[in-house]
Amino acid sequence: MKRSVSAVVTFVIMYVFWLLISACLWAHHGIDYIRVVGGIICAGIVTAFSHKHRLLFTGEEENVLIKTMRFMLYAPWLLWQIALANFDVAYRVLHPEMPINPQVIEFDTTLTGDISRTTLANSITLTPGTITIEVKGSRFRVHAIADKPAEALTVDQTMQKKVAHVFME
Amino acid sequence: MMDSVVNALTTAFLILGVFFMLTGAIGLLRFPDFYTRLHATGKCDTLGEVLILLGCMIYTAYHGMPFVVFKLLCIIIFFFIANPTGTHAIVKAAYKTGVKPWRVGDERR
Amino acid sequence: MIEQVFLIIGLTIAATVLLSLYRAAVGPGVFNRVAAVNVIGTKVVVLLVIVQYIFKNPMFIDIAIAYAALNFIGTIIMSKYLERGEVCSQ
Repeated sequence: MKRSVSAVVTFVIMYVFWLLISACLWAHHGIDYIRVVGGIICAGIVTAFSHKHRLLFTGEEENVLIKTMRFMLYAPWLLWQIALANFDVAYRVLHPEMPINPQVIEFDTTLTGDISRTTLANSITLTPGTITIEVKGSRFRVHAIADKPAEALTVDQTMQKKVAHVFME
Repeated sequence: MMDSVVNALTTAFLILGVFFMLTGAIGLLRFPDFYTRLHATGKCDTLGEVLILLGCMIYTAYHGMPFVVFKLLCIIIFFFIANPTGTHAIVKAAYKTGVKPWRVGDERR
Repeated sequence: MIEQVFLIIGLTIAATVLLSLYRAAVGPGVFNRVAAVNVIGTKVVVLLVIVQYIFKNPMFIDIAIAYAALNFIGTIIMSKYLERGEVCSQ
């Protein structure tokens, strides 16, 4: 995308967000023009500072629609894993003996893009028993709280396969 | 009739959310090491807050303030991305500065 | 009936903040304290939303959005400083 197109898209998204948060077009006593003009100024300042670091619409990805639909299917599985993770942690906290066995494990992945690695690191932090410590190139270092979650990550590799399926790598 | 159903649903979500937040805070006190304490708060705080805010969303959607529902949705989406990232930033800084993980059989730190 | 529920939930979350304050005061080293302050910031965001329903005043949620962003930025900058010794490395 060229610079001007990305600046316009950023400005439009910021302005729509401002309108929805400040609710100035739907107020009880008519349109509030001070907030409308203030929104233009604020969206302009944010666009001037940040339209160079394009985050979403980089224009060099393919098959954005398929990736978005697969991500919508991945999100409910992630929510179910989050619920399981929290019942597991609650069991380990409230048990009178506290059955934990912490260890640090490392493994390699085959993902290459930035967004797919970030999604994998976030998913590892949100799911039962593991926290991402460091990502260096394609090497992940993970701290696990017991044996069972550590094995689910290195031996089964369900999460890596699902993220690779979502981002088509 | 619809009033009591909405009230019951809101109360259920709120009580479940507060239970997870209490578990996170008790884990912060009970666990023997820095990394295990972050396990407890990084997971339980996120889910507890999302459940409480979902209960408030149901209550507000029934009593008819549409912009508050949108703002609560913004907080929920922001929180799903920001809390694990903050946890990871703290853990990375601690590992690089040399805080050692705890093994079974050491003393409390 | 539902007002009492919101009041009890708010008091329970305030008790949770007191529990985390113990870890912020004692915790050996600086990283335990940074983690505890992050937790307290999270719970303050939830407390602001609950206070909005107790006092029936719809202005508290804007403060909640701003404080959530502030807490996140504060935690990230603090851990960057502890890792490198400086914030901007250019």
